[in-house]
Amino acid sequence: MNTSQYKINLELFPTTFDAIHAYLAATVFGLALTVIILLFAMLIVLMQRSKSGPQVDTANKEQLISAQIPKLQPEVKVVEKIVEVEKIVEVEKIVELPAPKPIVLKESTPDAALQLISLLQKEARFIDFIKEDVNAYSDADIGAAARVVHTGCNKVIKEHFSLATVRNEEEGSRITLTEGFNAAEVRLTGNIVGKAPFTGTLVHKGWQVTEIKLPKLTEGHNAKIIVAAEVEL
Amino acid sequence: MSDENKHNEHDSDEPEHNPTDQQAINNKHYSIGIDLGTTHCVLSYADITDPDADEITQEVLQIPQLTAPGVIEDKAQLPSFLYQAHEAEINDGETALPWTAKPDYLVGEIARNLGTKTPIRLVSSAKSWLCHTGVDCKSAILPNEAPEEIERVSPFQASSAYLEHLCSAWNKQHPEAPIQDQEITLTVPASFDPAARKLTAEAAQKAGLNNAILLEEPQAALYSWIEKSEGDWRNHANVGDIILVIDIGGGTTDLSLIAVTEEDGTLGLTRIAVGDHILLGGDNMDLALAYTLKAKLEQEGGKRLEGWQIQALTHACRAAKESILSNDEADNIPIVVPNRGSSLIGGTLRTELNRDEVNTVLLQGFLPEVASNEQPVSRARTGLRTAGLPYAQDAAITRHLASFLTRQLNAIDEFNDISLPENASFIHPTAVLFNGGVLKAPRFADRLMNVINSWLSAEQAPDARLLTGLDLDLAVARGASYYGYVRKGKGVRIKGGTAASYYVGVESAMPAVPGMSPEIQALCIAPFGMEEATEVELPNDEFGVIVGEPVRFRFFGSKTRREDKVGTRLDYWSSDELEELDEIEITLPEENRKAGEVIPVHLSVAVTEIGTLALQAISNQDDNRWKIEFDVRSGEE
Repeated sequence: MNTSQYKINLELFPTTFDAIHAYLAATVFGLALTVIILLFAMLIVLMQRSKSGPQVDTANKEQLISAQIPKLQPEVKVVEKIVEVEKIVEVEKIVELPAPKPIVLKESTPDAALQLISLLQKEARFIDFIKEDVNAYSDADIGAAARVVHTGCNKVIKEHFSLATVRNEEEGSRITLTEGFNAAEVRLTGNIVGKAPFTGTLVHKGWQVTEIKLPKLTEGHNAKIIVAAEVEL
Repeated sequence: MSDENKHNEHDSDEPEHNPTDQQAINNKHYSIGIDLGTTHCVLSYADITDPDADEITQEVLQIPQLTAPGVIEDKAQLPSFLYQAHEAEINDGETALPWTAKPDYLVGEIARNLGTKTPIRLVSSAKSWLCHTGVDCKSAILPNEAPEEIERVSPFQASSAYLEHLCSAWNKQHPEAPIQDQEITLTVPASFDPAARKLTAEAAQKAGLNNAILLEEPQAALYSWIEKSEGDWRNHANVGDIILVIDIGGGTTDLSLIAVTEEDGTLGLTRIAVGDHILLGGDNMDLALAYTLKAKLEQEGGKRLEGWQIQALTHACRAAKESILSNDEADNIPIVVPNRGSSLIGGTLRTELNRDEVNTVLLQGFLPEVASNEQPVSRARTGLRTAGLPYAQDAAITRHLASFLTRQLNAIDEFNDISLPENASFIHPTAVLFNGGVLKAPRFADRLMNVINSWLSAEQAPDARLLTGLDLDLAVARGASYYGYVRKGKGVRIKGGTAASYYVGVESAMPAVPGMSPEIQALCIAPFGMEEATEVELPNDEFGVIVGEPVRFRFFGSKTRREDKVGTRLDYWSSDELEELDEIEITLPEENRKAGEVIPVHLSVAVTEIGTLALQAISNQDDNRWKIEFDVRSGEE
């Protein structure tokens, strides 16, 4: 049902568009006309000047030009009006400055991600574990392997990241957030109404990385090889 | 001091003989302490530019090192391992370090990691080889069980490679203060003999550290404790205290006794005794646990474990041991050895390490409750000793400790303000300072304290106190960098001098008996506790040396004979009094002389500023001096 309604809506659009387009076309035509007239006027002025350049000796023509110049000045005022239009363009420019913000996305470097996977594989056999079909094994077997994974992951996280909680209060306790709290650090959920200060229950204390220490890689090191194949001689 | 001056005239090209210039020390920016350990190296440093500072702030250098091909990480410790990679093993450019595109050797974490899977190419425990009498430490002998085609390095080269790595790491991070221009203190085991100390100093020189001062590790640990107490140590130590420093590292156990005395109304410290070089440490414990579990697994599964599985077991046992020994709750720690292939869940070996096993294997095995008069069990050494390191035959650290304390009963005879009860059968420590990773486990520390206190209470002596507050992994390096500050005249300095008296063997004037080797006498050439920057001569004991021909002397050291003076000749001694060290050798060069000419010489012994022993032969004709080499088997450099 929804889709059909949607289709009808789509079909309805062109009629409204036609009206808009007609209006727009008229405006464009008007503007184009003004521009053509202006250009024509400027062309005449230029032609007059180029003619007057080499023929400075004839006083009559000089007078003519001097007479023509004041005539042209009102037209120049029209140009000033167009400058006003340009001001609007300037406004548009100001709008354009903050505009790239949503476009610029931070590109994650694949090397750091590959490094982390490689560390997890090396210490915790992470990829081996994830790639295995756990349905084929008993819980006891999986539990034994999980110990390897847990110990290793713990080691990687401990060695390479310094972790801290975002909130130090105990989970389940009531806390109050004053105005201006950082929404990236504390996520509000549930009955979000009214204004700060907000009081609610701390569900999760949050984690943040305070320091990160990833290994450096030599030039030419292929980080895509997470773990090399091993051949025992 | 005229002796010292004369000494310098002839040997000015030797950096270790340069007198310490107080001015030069004052211009140094940092005091750097290097713990060149058997299993790990650590570098600690402190800014010493402020002459009025009463305290120093110490930092530990983060050492960039390869952890895998192409991967460099900063770590506080540099594992003392060297790996001789095969040319097909690692791609070009994957061994680059921040300061070099291609290092000469792979050292640190990568060496240890690669070595666990390819032990034939791994050089480990180079430091223990330095103190191994009977091998030439400058000849390429390591890895000692490697196949022919693998390029070998000498223990000396390996030690130097670790130091070079540390120096490069420092210079990269502190280009404004090159390490060569800083105050450097390098730690050595208290039990290192003169030859091993000399080799360590030479390895430092090879790495560019020309004036590195040597400091005994247990002393460094005590310095670190003093530094950490921020002046409060005087409230925890009293005149008459005998502090026992027990340092159980990864591969060695080192013992020292330090007496607290009164000097001009303030507390003074004197190192009065050091123990033997015991090749026994935390690694042995992990291995012992791994073999216990191996037996258990093989019994349950009926299948022999492979080498890599034992490796993994050892690794897992280390972590399990630490959690059992530090946590009273955990009685069973699951141990898992994952399959080597990509299937993790399938081929996993599972077992448990329980508290009883840890108690029997570690506490009973390494720290048994023994009586104070027990001696370490030793089997007779077989004829060939060069095959490997002389590991301790008795794993019981408490027995080694008991024997040490008993032997050192007379160590405090010369101190008026310290006395032992009449009935004492061993020297009674009043305070104990622990160092080394093994003793981080509270159970271990408690057990050791209980054993020591049981010996003390058997002789109606009060319990010894435990001195706390040390960072057991980094204390030696930190203490060493604090020592550079102490050398500027700040804080208390531990006195001690040489940890032994030294003797050369001379043939006695007895008539020769056919079929018997001539009787020898031990001529004391350096007394116990000889201080740094002093020299003694033996003008009355003349030897004839043939020009161009090497002359060798048997060389002995004693850690217990304190009363012997220079020139004393011993006719008889018991085997545990004098320990035979590597022979020493003099060769008189043929310059300005005829080969075969006999030159009468006498000996001179000096303890250098940096803490090594320097032996010289002095011509009785024209006062010319020749150096006497310790490590006679080393040949040409």
